[in-house]
Amino acid sequence: MSERILISMMSIPRLAPHMRLRHDKARAQWTIQAPERSFVLDPVAHAIVSRCDGVAQLDAVVADLCDAFPGAPREVIEKDVIALVQNFVDKSVMQA
Amino acid sequence: MTALEPPLALLAELTHRCPLQCPYCSNPLALEKPANEMPTADWLRAINEAAGLGCLQVHFSGGEPTVRRDLEELVAGATAAGLYTNLITSGVALDAKRLTSLTAAGLEHVQLSFQDSGAEIGERIGGYEGAHAKKLATAKLVRDAGLPLTANFVIHRQNLHHLTEMLDMAVAIGAHRAEIANVQYYGWALKNRAALMPSRTQLEEMTATVAAARARLEGVLVIDYVVPDYYARRPKSCMGGWGRRFLNISPSGKVLPCHAAESLTGMAFDNVRQRSLAEIWRDSEAFNRFRGTDWMPEPCKSCDRKEIDWGGCRCQAFAITGDAARTDPACGLSGDHARLVELAAGEAEAAADGFVYRRYGAG
Repeated sequence: MSERILISMMSIPRLAPHMRLRHDKARAQWTIQAPERSFVLDPVAHAIVSRCDGVAQLDAVVADLCDAFPGAPREVIEKDVIALVQNFVDKSVMQA
Repeated sequence: MTALEPPLALLAELTHRCPLQCPYCSNPLALEKPANEMPTADWLRAINEAAGLGCLQVHFSGGEPTVRRDLEELVAGATAAGLYTNLITSGVALDAKRLTSLTAAGLEHVQLSFQDSGAEIGERIGGYEGAHAKKLATAKLVRDAGLPLTANFVIHRQNLHHLTEMLDMAVAIGAHRAEIANVQYYGWALKNRAALMPSRTQLEEMTATVAAARARLEGVLVIDYVVPDYYARRPKSCMGGWGRRFLNISPSGKVLPCHAAESLTGMAFDNVRQRSLAEIWRDSEAFNRFRGTDWMPEPCKSCDRKEIDWGGCRCQAFAITGDAARTDPACGLSGDHARLVELAAGEAEAAADGFVYRRYGAG
């Protein structure tokens, strides 16, 4: 049995295989399509998930988000990113 | 009245043929004859229309969907239409070659049913000898193909003592997700309710076991748990609201708001071979009959949960009271609730374990 993965700034997350990031035209929103469920991504969540490509380390993702959202303090972004990625990893939507 | 929302998912019941005979099958008692099944071209058109209407996922189901030789073609069509594709299967009729061609067609997820954690009880419930070993072999094929796997367990009085073993098995076969689904009592399951209904104490133990397993398996296994609503205080949000999220197409092309809707005798359903899916979703009498909140009686009408549970389940209201427009008897505020609980408790205690198996002509 595998252990729970804890997310840190050193993690390199990506969507799990067969999770599809998809723009839902009918409802004008981004979603992740997952086995028998669908996650709606608000613009912040989409900004995070779309940067998690399995190459970038989370500190680089955070740095990139700081550039994209200059109004938000880095520690807030960092907290949001960790919380979102941890939640998606726990749900097997992302891997790290 | 809020604006009509587009549907999220299509349940495509390709056939009612199935090698298994589970006594709680969600198919209607009057099973559709193979000769009445829609041909490939009609299914492809319906799938494309569903995607155009706003559906994001298609679940290929049955009966046993793999008995349709054109399943690969339908999966490929759904993939091309941008739909997330899920196969809901018993796993007894799948070999490596077939799974390879389904994966090549774009299949993205497999939900494999188990009737128990072991062969003895599982094969008695499914009425199919040798099923368990075949299912385990299919699980391995699915994982070897790199596809995510959900292990589905329908749970009831005759297998609930194996709940922990079911969850352990789900982890052992590499499932990402397990569904522990208590039987919902319509159609075949209603016919077999006395053989399936758990007691309230059994349900409470089950719920505690699931809660503990969820904590233990966080990040390892996602557990979806469907409770039997006879013992609930408030009804389930059935289908997320009638005509609000889901479309179901029967083997012959009937478009239903849920897979049990054909149990509502006296209701007519449009066929996708005669009308477009968009038209049926928007205008059909069946979809509009219980859509939204305008149809609701009291106590639903003035309930602050009416846009949470949408009045519960129409098929259950019909099955218990004979009137589909009544408040779901699963709701503690329904005048029929006490009778429902008494009925459940009585059947759980009587423990009559014989089944009426799901077969053509047996309903």
